[in-house]
Amino acid sequence: MKARQVLVPFAAVVVFLVLWEALVWVMGWPNYKMASPSDLIPAYEKYWNLFLIMGWQTLWRTIVGLLLAVVFGIALGMVMGFSRTMRDALYPLLVGFNAVPKATVVPIVALMFVGWHDFNTVLIAFMISFFPIAVSVSIGLSTLEPEYRDILRSLGASQSMIFWKIALPKTLPEFFGALKVSVTLAFIGTNLMEIVSPHGRGLGALFDSGKTNSDYPLMFAVLIALAFLGIVLYYIVVALEKIFAGWADRTV
Amino acid sequence: MENLIDIKGVRHSYRTASGPLPVLDGLELSVPEGGFVAVVGPSGCGKSTLTRLIAGLLIPDEGEVAVHGKRITAPRSNVGMAFQNPVLLEWRTILQNVLLPLEIVPTKLTRAQGEERARKLLALVGLEGFEGKRPSELSGGMKQRASLCRALIHSPEVLILDEPFGALDAFTREDLWQIMHRVKAEEPFTGVLITHDLRESIFLADQVVVLSGRPAKTQFVLDIPDTGLRTLEDLYMPQAAERLNILRHQIEVAQGRVAA
Repeated sequence: MKARQVLVPFAAVVVFLVLWEALVWVMGWPNYKMASPSDLIPAYEKYWNLFLIMGWQTLWRTIVGLLLAVVFGIALGMVMGFSRTMRDALYPLLVGFNAVPKATVVPIVALMFVGWHDFNTVLIAFMISFFPIAVSVSIGLSTLEPEYRDILRSLGASQSMIFWKIALPKTLPEFFGALKVSVTLAFIGTNLMEIVSPHGRGLGALFDSGKTNSDYPLMFAVLIALAFLGIVLYYIVVALEKIFAGWADRTV
Repeated sequence: MENLIDIKGVRHSYRTASGPLPVLDGLELSVPEGGFVAVVGPSGCGKSTLTRLIAGLLIPDEGEVAVHGKRITAPRSNVGMAFQNPVLLEWRTILQNVLLPLEIVPTKLTRAQGEERARKLLALVGLEGFEGKRPSELSGGMKQRASLCRALIHSPEVLILDEPFGALDAFTREDLWQIMHRVKAEEPFTGVLITHDLRESIFLADQVVVLSGRPAKTQFVLDIPDTGLRTLEDLYMPQAAERLNILRHQIEVAQGRVAA
């Protein structure tokens, strides 16, 4: 069972790479149209230290942005989940905020906080990723069946006890579902800023320099590196979900 | 005998978009200590509102709800509740679910004593060996039995059952009726049972109260004398048929289909 769980995804990745390589070879594409996996190896060999440094920059800023999104998203979700008035008041604002394409916000934030490289990157990662968390927490809390509340209230439990004993754990599966979406969004946010803002940090900047130097395999190599980081972070969330909300999984 | 629960002249309305909706109007109900009263009535007549009043989750607009002669103004920790929806917490084992009230109400029991009591209750309802299971691994009837244990773990003064067997199939329901008798013998409680099932009411309760249609008032009270242990066979005896007929007629009156 254990071996199967590792081998199947691994085999899928290998099959993907082989198909990719074959596609480029069969079509006879030059590497500026589409680099093949075998083109990427020299790129990684040449720039491995840059990949490490910039990969780390992208990773930590994404994680910080995501953590802020979790804290703020849960707080906002609680406010909207427990108060109808706040929900009615905040929803349109929130939806409007979320509807603005973040690519248009990036240059504004970059200008607003010019020189604050880490801050503006974290800010965009945060802004793009808190929405799903806030919505999932607020829906989780507002759809709590009244009987759950009644069981505890009839025993004389306080509001905070109801929150910790029932509302919070019951919302965890929805929360983790949203967090999986937010992880990918946070990466998008970080990279948008890294590509647009001229501070030369992170994998986004490496991608940009590949573009200016016409080093196409490098650009593809960055994409794969980003995918790799995204997968790592995603599976960290999955592991946390197993620990804290594993009870909700009915497939086992 | 002094009454444990006394409900006098209770009126209550819910606020709705189209003005106040009266649900209870002139409700009278008394339950002696150790008594078990079943409340029946047409759908939507305010039976669940009654349970919320007794639990202190709702304060009536008018009238008085008293337990032990003391007027109820807020939820108190000495009630146990079970609903049609067993509302077990999925992230806890059955044993942890049963122990939940002990984490909230003041108790003299230590953790170990509480656990011992929980195991005893679970064994009493036939859930021995399921202590470590998750609720999702149990059938509907088993969940309902666990929910019953949770309602009893802290030895509440009043047990409130709001159609706890309503969603179960007929045979499982009859099983649970018998379990209820066993539980009552071992763990005496004062109970109020809301039900739609007239057979259930005469099998379990020692008094059946019929509520009128909305707004509900106490329309009729039928006493079921204590004749010792009841069996399912009793339900097929002429006396049971007679009681069911009386109640059936009262329900039809409450529904406004026949004149009193």
